[in-house]
Amino acid sequence: MTATLETPTTVSDVDAAVTLSGVRKVFGHGPAGVVALDGVDLTVAPGEFVCLLGASGCGKSTLLNLVAGLDAPTSGRIELTTSRPAVMFQEAALMPWLTAARNVELPLRLAGIKRGARREKASELLSLVRLVGAGHKRPHELSGGMRQRVALARALASTLGSAEDGTPGLLLMDEPFAALDAITRDVLQAELVRVWRETSTAIVFVTHDVREAVRLGQRVVLLSSRPGRVVREWSTVDCDEPAVIDEITTHLREVISGHAAA
Amino acid sequence: MPQLDTDLSAVGAGLDALDAPSQEQRPSLWKRFVRTAVPPLIAFALLLGAWQALWALAFWPEYQLPSPGSVWAAVAEAVETGRAFEVLWTSVSRAVLGFLTAVVIATPLGLLIAKVRVVRAAIGSLLTGLQSLPSVAWVPAGILWFGATPSTIYFVVLMGSVPSIANGLVSGVDQIPPLLPRVGQALGAGRMASARHILLPAALPGYLAGLKQGWAFSWRSLMAAEIIATSPQLGEGLGQYLHNGSALNDISMVIAAIFLILLVGVGIELLVFRPLERAVLRARGLTGAL
Repeated sequence: MTATLETPTTVSDVDAAVTLSGVRKVFGHGPAGVVALDGVDLTVAPGEFVCLLGASGCGKSTLLNLVAGLDAPTSGRIELTTSRPAVMFQEAALMPWLTAARNVELPLRLAGIKRGARREKASELLSLVRLVGAGHKRPHELSGGMRQRVALARALASTLGSAEDGTPGLLLMDEPFAALDAITRDVLQAELVRVWRETSTAIVFVTHDVREAVRLGQRVVLLSSRPGRVVREWSTVDCDEPAVIDEITTHLREVISGHAAA
Repeated sequence: MPQLDTDLSAVGAGLDALDAPSQEQRPSLWKRFVRTAVPPLIAFALLLGAWQALWALAFWPEYQLPSPGSVWAAVAEAVETGRAFEVLWTSVSRAVLGFLTAVVIATPLGLLIAKVRVVRAAIGSLLTGLQSLPSVAWVPAGILWFGATPSTIYFVVLMGSVPSIANGLVSGVDQIPPLLPRVGQALGAGRMASARHILLPAALPGYLAGLKQGWAFSWRSLMAAEIIATSPQLGEGLGQYLHNGSALNDISMVIAAIFLILLVGVGIELLVFRPLERAVLRARGLTGAL
């Protein structure tokens, strides 16, 4: 785990963490089939923080599932140069029978890592998400924000645990803060940015909140709905935040109102 | 935002302290004893009083309704001669052995039915049907197939308890939130690892309920088998003891036998299944029924 992060300003295909080319996903067959994604091209650099933004039905979650390998694309290619991607969902989905520490250990256990190393890694990750004293607690004894931080530590364990030294990690997040109250969400967003800086993991973050996308991401990718396509991208590094938020919001509204006529 | 980052950890710690659910204080040992042990004791005492009163009124002849004292004497005599222990040991060891065999058979069977669609379609409803079939119905068939041997008894016990345990596991697996296996897959669990680390622990509450019912079914199936299938080959279990009491027209012995059968049933429930269930539910924060 390194504390430094080099952010490449230009993305070349050679050192991409994730490359999607012409990805298409159809649910069902024939004329009744629903096209969720069509011709999606996207590249994520190692250590980059990308936010996928879109209204309902833009196939954001489908896209994450494809990258995570939980589902296969109908056509197109997905290439990963990272270790196995970790996924975080809207719900923490901790195993209710395991303590916080054991939940973090679970992916390491599945990867066949020995107990001593597992313990050490888990406590390291718990302190990364500021939950040092809470390792022995069960999920029902934790608040929603704490549970989501345990889930973050577990996700990091799963991507870093499977990484050989030098292989960058990849974290896929599907609206992970949508179910939290505003204050907790605010704190967790800042925590996530801190953790990202400390771990140099690439993050693909799905959200429908423009403000969140601009605040967190280095790059915001706007997807259209039914079928999902990449509409436009914005770089948010050294930008005028309110202006970019306004611009993206206007675009998002255009994309959504385009569906009213149909 | 540098100024936000500096006090972020303090804000986070404050939120954790405010939002974390407060821990419930467990009541003292004495209080728990008073709450859990006293009500059933009072109920038992009232029942005994009513029985004594009915007997004193002498509505029914002595050979139909014995006094609590004479039943107690029958139990005491069986205990003193050591017969009670022999009889209890014969029956309880059979029930435990039968139950453990049933667990070994029913656990993979339940997992297969829960996870393999063809198997569920083929034998799922048959298994539920078997659960409603009184296991006494298997005794005559068992005697014709195996004779009056222990095999018959174990056969009846298995037919009684395997469906309950397998069905408990199936419903336990069915009630797992679908997100958990998905998370398991995302964390890198294959099919076998998922069964071992996600499905079985997640299904544990339902599985335990099935085990509890499976034990009750093996115990009652055993009693049915022992009462009907009596032969010197089989030795004397609680069922034969009851059967002998009936043959001797000794109502005190019959009621003493029923009392012992009940005692084992309640004892195993209180000593084994209740603590197990409590521990499992408490660890998951499901304290509603405790």
